[in-house]
Order: sequence, then structure tokens, then C-alpha cells
Amino acid sequence: MRRLALILIALVVVLFVAALLLGPADTDPWQSLVALITREESLLGLVMYEIRLPRALLAVMIGASLGLSGAAMQGYLRNPLADPGLIGVSASAALGAVLAIQTGLAAAFALGLPLSALAGALVGVLLVLALAGPRGSSLTLILAGIVVSSLAAALTSLVLNLSPNPFAANEIVFWMMGSLADRSMVHVGLALPFMVMGWLLLGGVGRGLDALTLGEDAAEAMGINLMVLRLMVVIGTAAVVGASTAVAGVIGFVGLVVPHILRPFVGARPSALLWSSALGGAAMLLAADITVRLVLPSKDLKLGVLTAIIGAPLFLHLIHKVRKMSV
Amino acid sequence: MIRAHLRNMVLGGVIGLIAPLVATAQDAPDVRPKRVVSINLCTDQLAMMLADPGQLVSVSVLAREPESSAMADEALGWPINHARAEEIFLLKPDLVVAGAFSSQATVQMLRKLGLPVEVFEPALSLEDVSAAMTRMGAALHQDARAADQVAGFEARLAALREQVVNRPRAAIYYANGYSVGDQSLSGHILATAGFDNIAREAGIPVAGNIPLEVLALLDPDVIITGQRYPAASRSEEILDHPVVRHLQDARLRGTIADRDWICGTPHVLRAVEGLIGLRHDYEAVARGAGE
Repeated sequence: MRRLALILIALVVVLFVAALLLGPADTDPWQSLVALITREESLLGLVMYEIRLPRALLAVMIGASLGLSGAAMQGYLRNPLADPGLIGVSASAALGAVLAIQTGLAAAFALGLPLSALAGALVGVLLVLALAGPRGSSLTLILAGIVVSSLAAALTSLVLNLSPNPFAANEIVFWMMGSLADRSMVHVGLALPFMVMGWLLLGGVGRGLDALTLGEDAAEAMGINLMVLRLMVVIGTAAVVGASTAVAGVIGFVGLVVPHILRPFVGARPSALLWSSALGGAAMLLAADITVRLVLPSKDLKLGVLTAIIGAPLFLHLIHKVRKMSV
Repeated sequence: MIRAHLRNMVLGGVIGLIAPLVATAQDAPDVRPKRVVSINLCTDQLAMMLADPGQLVSVSVLAREPESSAMADEALGWPINHARAEEIFLLKPDLVVAGAFSSQATVQMLRKLGLPVEVFEPALSLEDVSAAMTRMGAALHQDARAADQVAGFEARLAALREQVVNRPRAAIYYANGYSVGDQSLSGHILATAGFDNIAREAGIPVAGNIPLEVLALLDPDVIITGQRYPAASRSEEILDHPVVRHLQDARLRGTIADRDWICGTPHVLRAVEGLIGLRHDYEAVARGAGE
């Protein structure tokens, strides 16, 4: 277990440094690092501190959030298909964010954007849980997710199409596929408080999720308050997914792929899957963001494109496995 | 209902037969189009400048939008259309003028319905502005008026040109980091006003996106942005990025409204004038720093 932790941490650190050093502008790696650490008052210092650092930080924060919330939802629903992107939580958060931007709420006060996205995410989680039920089968969960995410995506498109701003309609792609392009420290500051809250809540559910693997009665007998557990998972997920989506749009499949890959290494223990998925999610999003910057630097290739290319086949594989188990 | 429709068709047919006879009897050689409809922002403006009163029947809805149209007030004098084949056909035009960016489906449909459609390519240089005016003049059979306006435009443009020794390096920076290069209308206007375009250093000949960090490291002397559009968009957020703010505070900034150089019409002279003024400001600041 400790070896896994060390490997994942090393991976995140290496990718984080690579994300800082690689970019569309050719910069000397050593000079860049010096400029960043000394917060040099040069243009290179500006580029490092105001462009690359926030982007790399957001990749870590958002990747960790998505991995963590995926692992938590899967543990709570005891279903390997639960993923905030797949079941429509991210799409509802995007609707909340778009509403905040288009109504002027985001401009009126700074926290309007993440708060509105959080509210959207909360509505999304509650809707899916209500539709699928707390112990719904994989099928009802996915169907409920499709309903919520397609409705939220349609409403997002509608709001953007109705906007008088000529750029808004083109941004549908951003909200559906996600990107970290041109984000700044302002966005780090907007997302961080909500994410920290969500991380604390989701980080605290490990014991409860472990107990839940024995069944609800056994968990209650072990002193787990299921009501509290449920509330922590719901609010924690809404907080981290809301904050992530508000600044980077919907990035799918991270919460599905990462726990799936890491599950065998932690002996399928939900509590261990939580922290390892957070690290794994951070690594995956860093790698994806480095790739989009290297492959098509001037085109702003969306992150969701990459994560879906990796995630969709895995999703197929998972469905296949789940079907075989239920037969 | 059906009977009324039939009666209209019959009457329409009869009038349709008589009308050409009357026309030929009165002014035989004049084939000047009498009902012209424009469905593109740029052809709207060219047509409004060149058409006889009553010759232009309708302009597109964009012509009235002050952010994108240089003739938004004038456009109030014409009925608007939304560039949809159905409404255009019902206006019974004898000429439709469209842009190369107009919907291909609409243009094809109108042609299939037997309407002549003239498609205008977007202007990519200041010479294209004169060419477009001449062509619109020919399409509307207003050649003399067009020649007049072309001469006026070219004279005013020639008067504006100045010898510039030290050309400042300018970046045109729009929403999403979009920029335009030398082989575009805006690029030509920028060069005419005496600037070097930083897009060349970024390897952009026509148009493309300059990543924020590339912009910062190219370190332009002047940053020129567009005006903001109503309501918010994520695309325009880049103009509030701390790096753009920092560059603008440390250097000279300018704004050229989209309406002044989005279309190749004589109104681009406003953009040329605005940019020359910006260069004079830059030279004054540079001289102040040198002393």
C-alpha cells in the first residue's frame, strides 16, 4: 500500500513539473524554474507564475477532485459505474455555471460562479439518487444519469444559444468537453475553498464505505450513521464537482477510469481507493493536459476529448463485466 | 381558402404577363435590378451606400447591430431580413446579394428557386475594398456612383498614409486569443497605419490563435483589442487575464471596434485613423521616455 502511494505521488510530482516546463512557447527549463521560484519580475516570470502554475495547479486539483468523487460515489452506491460525469452531476454543475455567467451573477460577486455550479451539481446528485434510488441497479443508475445529463446539457445549450453574446454559442463545446486553457490564479482561488471542503467531507467517508461493503445492516451495527454518510458523499461530491466544472467545464470519465485501474492494487478497499484515486486522478488530468498542449498547441483541444478516448473503451469493458456478474 | 389562393395565382399570372409588356414599352434598355435584397452584413453596407432610393428592399438583421455594423443607424431605414430562404423568396427580389459566409444551403435554395444570387468574397486587403465597391456598383447598375465613391475612398486613404521609420510592434488580440495576420483586411489596415504585426513572429499568416504565453514572451509594444459584446462569455475572459492586464498596463493599449474593420467598406478608414492616432500616442510616449 505504501509502495502504491509512493509511486502515485512520484508520478504526480513528475507530471506537475513537466506541466510547468512544457508549453506552446519554447522556454529554457532551468531558467523557467528559477523565474518561477524567485517570482522574477520578467515576462518569463509572469508566464510561469500567471499562466503555467495556475494551469498545473488546476489540473492537480480538478483531477484529484474527480478521482476522489468517483471513488466515493462508487463506494457509496457499491457500483463501479458511478462517475460524476457519467451520471450527470458534472453536466448539472455546468448548467449552474452557465446560468451564473449569463445572468451576470458571476460578475456581480466573485463566488457566484462556483456557488451556482455547486447548486447545479447538488440538484444533479439528488435527482439521480431520487431517480435511481439508494440501492438502484446499474441499469437504473445509468438511465437516471442519462436523463439528468442530457437534460442539463440541452438546457446549457439553450441558455448559451439565447445569449446576445456572439461567442457564447461556440462555448457549448467548452462546457461539454472541458479545458484548462487561459485559466489564472483567480480561478484557483475561486475553486480551492469549495474543493477543500469537499475533500474533507469525502476524505472522511472511508471508514463508513469500508463498513458498507458488508451491507447496510452490518454497517449500522458497526456504528455508522448511514444518513450522515449519505449527506457527506452528496455534499462532498457536489462541492468538488461544482468547483471543478465552474472553472474547467465538464471533464468526463476521470472518476470512472482511475478507480477502476487502481481497485486491484488496493484490494478493493474503498477507504484506500479514495486517496489513491485522488492521486491517480491528478496524474491522469496532468497527463491529459500536457498532451493537449503538445499535440495541438494553438487549437485548444478539449480535455474531455482525451479522457473520453481513454475512458469510453474502459466503460464498455466495465459494462461487459457488470453484465456477466449479474447473469 | 383554396379558391382565394387560386384567384391570386391567376391574377398574379395575368399581371405577370402584362407587367413585362408595360416595362418594355416605357424604358427598354434599363435592366437595372429594382428589388435587391442583401443577406450579409458586408453586402448590406455596400448596397446601402450604392443603391438608389427604393432599389434596395431589405438588409440583414446584423446591419442594425451597433457592435458589428458601421451603418447601424442608416440601416433603420430599411426593412430587415434574417437570411432565410423562405422570407427572401417572399420579398420577390430580382437580385440577392450574399457573402461567402452566408449559409450555403440558403444560397443554393434561392438559386434553385430561380433567383439570381451574387456572392461576395470577404475583403482581405484594402484593394479588395475598392474591388468590392466596383463589383456592387456593377451588380446594382450604379457604376458611376461606385466609381465616385472608390475615388473618394482611395484619395482619403492616400492622404492618411505616412512615412514611418520606427514601426511599433502591435498585437491584435481578441476573444479566445484570436489574432489576425498580414494577409487579412485587419492586417493590411494595421500595416497601413504604420505598425508591424506580431502575428508574423507567431507564425500566423492569415488568422489563428496566439497562446497567451506566446503573446507575453513576444512582448508587443501595443495591444489592440476589440470592444466587448453584451452579456458575458468565457471566450472574452482572456482579455481580463492577469497577463493581458499586465501587458496592457505596461504598454500602450488600443481598441478598434469590430464594426470598423469587420467588413471591407470605406468605413475601414475609421480604423486606419484610429490606429494612426494610437501610433502617434506611442511615439509621444517613446519620445518622452527617451528625453
